Amino acid sequence: MPGDVSALQLVLTGDPALLAIVRLSLIVSLSAVVLAALIGIPFGAALALIQFPGRQAVIVVLNALMGLPPVVVGLAVFLALSRAGPLGSWGLLFTPKAMVIAQTVLVAPIIAALTRQTIEDLWLEYRDELNAMNVGPVGRVATLIWDARFSLVTALLAGFGRAAAEVGAIIIVGGNIDGFTRTMTTAIALETSKGDLPLAVGLGMVLIVIVIAVNALAWTARRAGERMAG
Amino acid sequence: MFTRRLLMAIAVSAVFAGSAFAQDKSILVASTTSTQDSGLFGHLLPMFKDKTGIDVKVVAQGTGQAIDTGRRGDADVLFVHAKAAEEKFLSEGFGVKRYPVMYNDFVLVGPKSDPAGIKGSKDIVAAFKTLKDKGIDFISRGDKSGTHQAELNLWKVAGIDIATDKGPWYKEIGQGMGAALNTAAASNAYVLTDRATWLSFKNKGELVIEVEGDKRLFNQYGVMLVNPAKHPNVKQEFGQQFIDWLVSSEGQKAIADFKINGEQLFYPNASDPGA
Repeated sequence: MPGDVSALQLVLTGDPALLAIVRLSLIVSLSAVVLAALIGIPFGAALALIQFPGRQAVIVVLNALMGLPPVVVGLAVFLALSRAGPLGSWGLLFTPKAMVIAQTVLVAPIIAALTRQTIEDLWLEYRDELNAMNVGPVGRVATLIWDARFSLVTALLAGFGRAAAEVGAIIIVGGNIDGFTRTMTTAIALETSKGDLPLAVGLGMVLIVIVIAVNALAWTARRAGERMAG
Repeated sequence: MFTRRLLMAIAVSAVFAGSAFAQDKSILVASTTSTQDSGLFGHLLPMFKDKTGIDVKVVAQGTGQAIDTGRRGDADVLFVHAKAAEEKFLSEGFGVKRYPVMYNDFVLVGPKSDPAGIKGSKDIVAAFKTLKDKGIDFISRGDKSGTHQAELNLWKVAGIDIATDKGPWYKEIGQGMGAALNTAAASNAYVLTDRATWLSFKNKGELVIEVEGDKRLFNQYGVMLVNPAKHPNVKQEFGQQFIDWLVSSEGQKAIADFKINGEQLFYPNASDPGA
């Protein structure tokens, strides 16, 4: 990014470098949320409904994983994807894909744990009805997820918030490469290290506005969906 | 439901495919924060790309971390500044050959009020002794970077075993040059920095240069191709093209031409075999 300009100027003039950074931030974090939802929602719902020995322990561990330190996840993914690591031949280190993988690991437990709680609460409400209708386990999971879909939006947003805010994991596995793996949070870290604190703060404000915009979109979509569903 | 899932799958795979295309003609260079934060790469890389079409992706790390990145085979080229560590990397067989590229120098910066009373001195070793004797706040990178290794070497030359002689005045922050300068600016402490990062740094606060011009503050940069015999994934051809360009008369002139506020930051010296 050019020197001696404010973040506001960059936004108002539609600076292509800044727009590319914003775009990559959204692509990485939203992809991670989608992948984490594909893993976390079925897992959380199954955990809510299926009884097995050690289930309580799994729930405690899952809840604890919501607080996974990003830097530890980043390091683990780094060691796995490094050429010297087990998945090194994939050649993914220092690419946006590596960043999606790291954020998926961070976000999946959040979505799974919140889904588990939501579905379990709903299950208490629906249990007698579903038992009476003789619905099988897969049908139960599907029914409950469908009926909880609006509440699950909040779980997705919690996951998105985590992904959009973190820098510790993606700066390790992405490398903060200019024009390739630089996101809003790694750019803020970089500008801070260059001592350009006003630009760093400005970029921080831009990031917060983007996160609010994504949440507003999700809220609107949820309201519209609820209205259509009656 | 099915179409929605299909759309989602297409969207996800599009994201993945899109980033895969960008990898065609590119190399990954592990380098130091000084070369990136000062803007040198922003100046050099577009010229190199115009000439060769090769995209150079830079991961800016401390020299210690950059060398580790090379050792793991995660970079094609290393562009760093710690000759001893670079030669060790070569002798272990992880690098092919080391080429000297350019130099700049380190400067000792500190608060304008100069509580150590060393401003204007050209003797960095005497200045370090004074800092230690008076117990004046000093920020150390503490991250095995090239600058950290240079600092440790200066303590050794001053006859101080910093590992045992350090007191509460000596603060190892374990972070990059920018973070060290931010910390020094916020706490009015002394810190050793490369001149390029210092000149381009924007949060100087009360900090000024206290000691400069000692030949022991010389800071040599070298470039090496990671050994394809150790790591077959290394892009030997493109990596070597980048190295050849850096040490060519054209690359050397481009380095000399890079200035901030009219001041030259790096001095090319590829023709000096001893550098």
